[in-house]
Amino acid sequence: MAKSHKPIVWGPFAAGGTFSAFFNPVLILITGILVPLGAMSLSYERAHAFADNWIGKLILFGFIVLPAWHAAHRARITVHDFGLRADILMATVFYATAAVLTVLSAVALLKI
Amino acid sequence: MSRKPYVRPIPKTSWFMRQGRYKRYMAREVTCLFIGAYTAVLTVGLMRLAESEAAYNAFLTALKAPGSILFHVVAFLFAVYHSSTWFNVTHQAMPIQRGDEFVAPGVIVGTHYAIWAVVSLVVLLVAGV
Repeated sequence: MAKSHKPIVWGPFAAGGTFSAFFNPVLILITGILVPLGAMSLSYERAHAFADNWIGKLILFGFIVLPAWHAAHRARITVHDFGLRADILMATVFYATAAVLTVLSAVALLKI
Repeated sequence: MSRKPYVRPIPKTSWFMRQGRYKRYMAREVTCLFIGAYTAVLTVGLMRLAESEAAYNAFLTALKAPGSILFHVVAFLFAVYHSSTWFNVTHQAMPIQRGDEFVAPGVIVGTHYAIWAVVSLVVLLVAGV
């Protein structure tokens, strides 16, 4: 019987989706709306202090990596639903994007 | 086997426009593009934070652009749609059995909404309202 690799993909997908469902609305609200409008402030000192220890780094890394891989996997499926029948190419593009974001955010966090 | 099997024509790019439930499904799928784009914004923010104070402040200024705020408002609405549509079906996606009975759907869904509210509140407090 052919083995499926789907359970391996599904685990992180479900984890990323649940994580994203709980955290993304409030994160987008803070960094994208409240801070730019001046209702909140995320000064350099406070942001830097938050990312200056391993717990903060791990939290920020999770905020980026889990939703990024979740979105990449879903985007791969969604473009197929929109009639774009090029799965190998699209899977490569989306997973590569998630991989680049993973590396860039890890490098940035390690520099702080 | 019939020599001329009937194949129902299904438009590849607009099939979901025929039914409300298909449209809602696709709207939910599209949320991933906004959430994905937002993770890229956060990554840029972290890179600027690692770079220097001036670079980070320039990033904060860029977030004030009308286009940026518009993107984040749309992304926020899509994110809320993604969250609520997931929490609303959790009782079907992961039913919990206690003895012979299943935990009532309202309890499972309600618990998710309660955790969502607490998580959002904690993040807001930590970020410093």
